[in-house]
Amino acid sequence: MAPILEAKKINKYFKKPVLFHVLKDLYFSIEEGQFVSIMGKSGCGKSTLLYILSTMDREYEGELFLGGEKLTGKSGKDLARVRNEMIGFVFQFHYLLAEFSVLDNVMFPARKLAKKSHAQIKKDALEKLDMLGIPHLAHKKASMISGGEKQRVAIARALINDPLIIMGDEPTGNLDQKNSENVFNIFKKLSQDERLSLLIVTHDPDFAEKTDRIIQMEDGRINK
Amino acid sequence: MKTNIRLLLDITKTNLLSRFKQTSVAALGVTFGIGTFIILMGFMTGLNGLLDGLILNRTPHIHIFNEIKPSDQQPVEKAPGFSTAFNIIRSVKPKNSQARIHNALPLISDLKKDARVRGVTPQVSAQVFYIAGPIELNGLLNGIQVMDEVRLFNFRDYIVEGSPEELLKQDNGILLGAGLAEKMSLSVGSRIQITSPGRGVFPLKIVGIFQSGLAEVDDVQSYVNLKMAQQILGEGNNYISDINLKLWDMEEAPEMATTISRLYQITAIDIKTANAQFDTGSTIRNLITYAVSITLLLVAGFGIYNILNMFIYEKMNDIAILKATGFSGLDVKLIFIFQALIIGLVGGLLGLVLGYACSVMIDNAPFETEALPTINTYPVNFNPLFYGIAIIFALVSTFLAGYLPARRAQDIDPVKIIRGQ
Ligand SMILES: Nc1ncnc2c1ncn2[C@@H]1O[C@H](COP(=O)(O)OP(=O)(O)OP(=O)(O)O)[C@@H](O)[C@H]1O
Ligand SMILES: [Mg+2]
Repeated sequence: MAPILEAKKINKYFKKPVLFHVLKDLYFSIEEGQFVSIMGKSGCGKSTLLYILSTMDREYEGELFLGGEKLTGKSGKDLARVRNEMIGFVFQFHYLLAEFSVLDNVMFPARKLAKKSHAQIKKDALEKLDMLGIPHLAHKKASMISGGEKQRVAIARALINDPLIIMGDEPTGNLDQKNSENVFNIFKKLSQDERLSLLIVTHDPDFAEKTDRIIQMEDGRINK
Repeated sequence: MKTNIRLLLDITKTNLLSRFKQTSVAALGVTFGIGTFIILMGFMTGLNGLLDGLILNRTPHIHIFNEIKPSDQQPVEKAPGFSTAFNIIRSVKPKNSQARIHNALPLISDLKKDARVRGVTPQVSAQVFYIAGPIELNGLLNGIQVMDEVRLFNFRDYIVEGSPEELLKQDNGILLGAGLAEKMSLSVGSRIQITSPGRGVFPLKIVGIFQSGLAEVDDVQSYVNLKMAQQILGEGNNYISDINLKLWDMEEAPEMATTISRLYQITAIDIKTANAQFDTGSTIRNLITYAVSITLLLVAGFGIYNILNMFIYEKMNDIAILKATGFSGLDVKLIFIFQALIIGLVGGLLGLVLGYACSVMIDNAPFETEALPTINTYPVNFNPLFYGIAIIFALVSTFLAGYLPARRAQDIDPVKIIRGQ
């Protein structure tokens, strides 16, 4: 079976302040429905890798494939479309648009995609919120809810366009034990029930242990 | 595409409302600039119209008369044997030719047939003395066909007492300049005597007073019927000293004047040559209006530029999220351009309302002046064109002000922002 996400010989340099080789000859792939965690010391290049995989960073060497499609070399506009349609991103800091309601936040990526009617999008968004156990927050302003709640809203937003893969950069890094477990369970359920692929950077060994596979990074390389 | 624009507008709307105070201040800057433009434009062009009316409406487009000047061709040049010679004639003087236009009546009927001509009025002007009791004043008498003057040159506007019809009814009526009437303490109904050098004395009845607003006219001139003027001069009905033409299109005057003077061997002065300074005055007033308004809009533009820049700085995170979740750089740019344009549109529309309201107030403010008898409020031009220009102005200037910040937002690298946390 073809992998969902595939990286071939990824190299990344930072040119300033001094030339710095962050990522060195990275190869790896993720199958459909796989729940993968990335671990490694602080500063080893995990976030840098994730920004490349999520198409936000285009300055790298090597090749990147998502769902069998080559992403390397695409225009910024096309990549925005790829992010919109096929990738769900969850950050460590629960990035929501503070002035808008929770529901609006969840709906935006789907409205941008514009494949469904407004009513259908609203219904889907409420469904996702329901699945994450926060239907009652739908009409609250995004700045008015707690950190754990925000993280679940961000997950709902990442799911709204039924992406191929969810990527997360320490999505539980700011949460307490209980909330962290909660988020893990949601991810686990998605990978099992919906066959969704997940790639999550974490510093939490308990969290990583429970995933299907751990990618250990050290000094810009993957340790087998 | 349409749903995308709606989505971007929704985001813009929330952005604007969440910074209501700053947005309002930015919009008020535009309001002020546009309002000032409308007021200045309406007032300045109103004034232009008034001054044009004062001079241009009553000035014939082409004035035909016999100028007293030395002949271009001296007799010696016509003599056989001398026509090709180099002749020097000293101390040439004009011959005492009459002020009459030769063959005036056929000329008038010729001109009336011309399709470019809207109307032709013949006049007889004569140097006279006005006599009332012991006072004897030197002045200029014009014989006119009064109803034609009313029709073509707004003559009625300047009659402050009596009416042009009165002159038509009474062969021996006279319309006296306001300055003259005051100097000689005469009013409508009084009698006045007219004499011209070498002729008799003609008793006339004052049927009206006119005030043109120009002292040098009102202090010396008066109007009588054409026939009366011819009688005073002891001439027949083919004696005409001036012919005034009004054309359909004033722009044709210079060319036509040249043709007439060549064809009929007569002096024909067109309005453009005679009143060149008026065009200049109007142009300068328009220039001032545009300069002031553009300056105000520039200031408003800087306000918008500042506010958007600050706003984008505050909203870095939001921009990064939008980009991370699939909005393109163009989408982000459009959000901020819309934001600027909405400020421009709302501020501009309020500016139109403000400008209109102030214009109405100025239009109703009393404005009385001796020089302009028919005007009693300030002149304001409500030309809808200004309102169109103003709103386009508002949109263009806010677009320009918003463009640079929006470009900056477009280029924001989400990775940098997300890392920055
Ligand atoms: N814009 C940049 N310019 C130069 N060097 C950078 C830049 N961004 C990151 N680095 C360096 O690249 C290395 C990898 O950074 P990265 O953020 O990927 O680490 P990380 O593995 O995510 O660490 P952590 O676990 O602390 O989040 C670090 O040494 C960092 O200092
Ligand atoms: Mg990191």
